[in-house]
Amino acid sequence: MWFTLSYLAWGISAALVLWMLFDWFKTDTTYSEDVLTSSREGELEAVAEEHRV
Amino acid sequence: MTDIAAPLPPAIHGDRVSLLRVLGPVHVWALGVGIVLVGEFTGWNFSSDKGGALAALIVCWVVGLLYTSVAMIDSEVTSTVAAAGGQYAQAKHIVGPLMAFNVALFLVFAYTMLQVSDAILVGDLMVTVAATEGLVRHGFVVLTIVVLAWLNYRGVLMTLNFNFVVTALAYLSILILFFSVQPWSQGAVLQLGQLVTPENALPYGWIGVIAAFHFGIWYYLGIEGTTQAAEEVRSPARSLPYGTMAGMITLLIAAALTWYVCASLLPWEYLGFTFFPLYDAARVTGSGTLEFILFWGTVLSAVASANGCINDAARAWFSLGRDRYLPSWFSAVHPKYRTPYRSILFLLPIALAFAFIADLNQAITFSILSGVLQYTFMSINIIMFRRKWPLGSIRRGYTHPFHPVPAIVLFCLCVVTFFAIFLGYGSQLIAMVAFYFLISLWFHFYRYKFVRRGEQFTMPWPKPQGY
Repeated sequence: MWFTLSYLAWGISAALVLWMLFDWFKTDTTYSEDVLTSSREGELEAVAEEHRV
Repeated sequence: MTDIAAPLPPAIHGDRVSLLRVLGPVHVWALGVGIVLVGEFTGWNFSSDKGGALAALIVCWVVGLLYTSVAMIDSEVTSTVAAAGGQYAQAKHIVGPLMAFNVALFLVFAYTMLQVSDAILVGDLMVTVAATEGLVRHGFVVLTIVVLAWLNYRGVLMTLNFNFVVTALAYLSILILFFSVQPWSQGAVLQLGQLVTPENALPYGWIGVIAAFHFGIWYYLGIEGTTQAAEEVRSPARSLPYGTMAGMITLLIAAALTWYVCASLLPWEYLGFTFFPLYDAARVTGSGTLEFILFWGTVLSAVASANGCINDAARAWFSLGRDRYLPSWFSAVHPKYRTPYRSILFLLPIALAFAFIADLNQAITFSILSGVLQYTFMSINIIMFRRKWPLGSIRRGYTHPFHPVPAIVLFCLCVVTFFAIFLGYGSQLIAMVAFYFLISLWFHFYRYKFVRRGEQFTMPWPKPQGY
């Protein structure tokens, strides 16, 4: 039984890795690089915080 | 620091993509305690090998003091510098880019190696329980790392909801064991008086206590990981201090209960080399139910820890990419799941490779080393933070008391821990410091020219005092 579980673990891992690679490829080909890397640090702070004590 | 970026409009899906602010204090607790709790199930007990059972208790409290200082300092700075990358973003704004680069690498190393240790633990536990000749751990190790990477890929809310449930169950298993062995009645099940005697309490004297610091760190290693959620919590100034301090209190209780039960059921020599002290303690009671519960408690704690580590390592790596300290390719956010998916995927094969080539002790030591380097930085960081922006000059979500006592305590205990690591793993310590030195030269002389120097400082703070 334990050997079956071990093979199952390899199988599930391979399936999930393939899914992530597929989704990565799909995402990168659907959206532009500018959109994907558009996150900026401190957005909330810049908008909401004025730092007046 | 004088270049403050112009206010940015909020991220709009489809136009600009940012990490999702969906987390609360409970998730922060789940992230911090989830990463650390595995240390009660394995790791801390190696301090018994270094200095005996009493040394393991002494470092439980003294290292608890170190981490209470870490939690207090971290809560103050992070409630003000609320950005993914945690201590990396703090170092960038308060000390400077080179320190920030190093801190981010400390973070990535500490969490990746901890994740590797967790996965190895799950694999070893499965093989131990299976007791089947020829069965190896690799399949279970890979499954642990890949499933959790997939979970992290799919979204932070689900990841940390999962972590909360798993962490709570693992914590519950410690409580069940503690109350099942009638802790109020020494002699009924527990035999502390027979197992820890004046003759064997400190078998190597006080130098053994110093040496025990090395693995005493494992009681709480990773609680500072709560700060990595800074950009994804709804209210950083409130959630991060609450979640971190509540997590620290939870862990102090868990550490004390764990030592008491294990030292009362297992001889110190055995405690010093077993990989599963709580599980073994449950087996010693002779109760099949407790054995079952602690087996799953150990597995779940390792899973929760690896899960939190993937979350944190990916965010530190992502932050480096976003500031162009590494190629900006790593700063991509998934438009649907709102996670740093490229960083998660990039770190996945690295974790798998280490899981195959490293043994548990080596992986734990590399994780501890990177962690202690980071704590040393934090003690200096808070002094600089208070000097540059004194109380009243900027809004703080939390102000830690007794400054600079926690910073001094933290620095002194870090020095003791470095000495303890040097006693056992001197060559690894030297190799790691050499690595950080060389990578710093690469960053200073080559990589920093790609960084957009003004844009990296995003906090809308006044000029620091003295500048």
